[in-house]
Amino acid sequence: MMRARCLALVLVLLAAGARAETVLPDPASEARAVELHKSLRCLVCQNQSIHDSNADLAVDLRQIVRERVAAGESDAGVVDYVVRRYGDFVLLRPPVKASTYLLWFGPALILLAGATAAFRFLRRARAAGLGAPAPLSDQERRTLAALRDGREP
Amino acid sequence: MMRRYHLIPVAIFIALAGGLYVGLDPDRNPKAVPSALIDQPVPEFALPPVEGRGLGLASADLRGEVALVNVFASWCGPCRVEHPLLMDLAAKRVVAVHGINYKDQPKAAAEWLLRLGDPYTRTGADRDGRVSIDWGVYGVPETFVVDRAGRIRYKHVGPLQADDLEQKILPLIRRLQG
Repeated sequence: MMRARCLALVLVLLAAGARAETVLPDPASEARAVELHKSLRCLVCQNQSIHDSNADLAVDLRQIVRERVAAGESDAGVVDYVVRRYGDFVLLRPPVKASTYLLWFGPALILLAGATAAFRFLRRARAAGLGAPAPLSDQERRTLAALRDGREP
Repeated sequence: MMRRYHLIPVAIFIALAGGLYVGLDPDRNPKAVPSALIDQPVPEFALPPVEGRGLGLASADLRGEVALVNVFASWCGPCRVEHPLLMDLAAKRVVAVHGINYKDQPKAAAEWLLRLGDPYTRTGADRDGRVSIDWGVYGVPETFVVDRAGRIRYKHVGPLQADDLEQKILPLIRRLQG
């Protein structure tokens, strides 16, 4: 029992050490800050948001976001602050702008191109009569008739 | 008419192969983040010097001459790797070399400069790392080239290597000084 309690205390202290940061007293502001944290990429471990990362820089950036939220800045203002320093790369959801049109609309364009190609191919195949079997030639007709009558073709 | 369509898969293949070829370039660092601050003025800041040094570093110090600003820390292994290059650069007096000491213990930073040598004309001790965040720093070491007007013209992430200096940084510095 005593040992379990010591272990629990050690774990709590370890967790506190790993995340030496202060949560905002107002739960609504903290929730806003956390949403912002989730939308910002950690630049040290680039496939995580700063919310998920324990990198030193992520802790600092989380704290900066909290300070700005607490100071009453808008979400767009806070995001802009980070983007001015680190560029669009920090946004886990890239903005829609000229340089990202291909990223956003590329998949739809490829689908459209594929659908157009498939449509044209099928239409041409139908026009060429590839859908229906070709009519029998005279030779085939004679062979078929012979087989039906039980003769050697 | 029909023949033209047969070229489409060939075109797709060439585009794909081209993309993969670029991706395989051994000199490409896929983790390097293009700096948002290129051609922007350096952020407004004023830092006290590293313990035991006389000259601190502020934005005003970066106007008037071309400068190399190196972000370093005594706890940073790659900083030790690039350190001799910075010493060499400072000894040749090619360009003003300044240092921003990122999130370091004052004693550790002072000892590092004493033991390994101090290539920096000015140093700024960025204890909480906030100034470095204003510079868009995300991992030490990072090195910036600042022009006479105090604008950031180039950023290098990671330890400097002789090739980076010879091929990119020194030619740029000469051009900016010329």
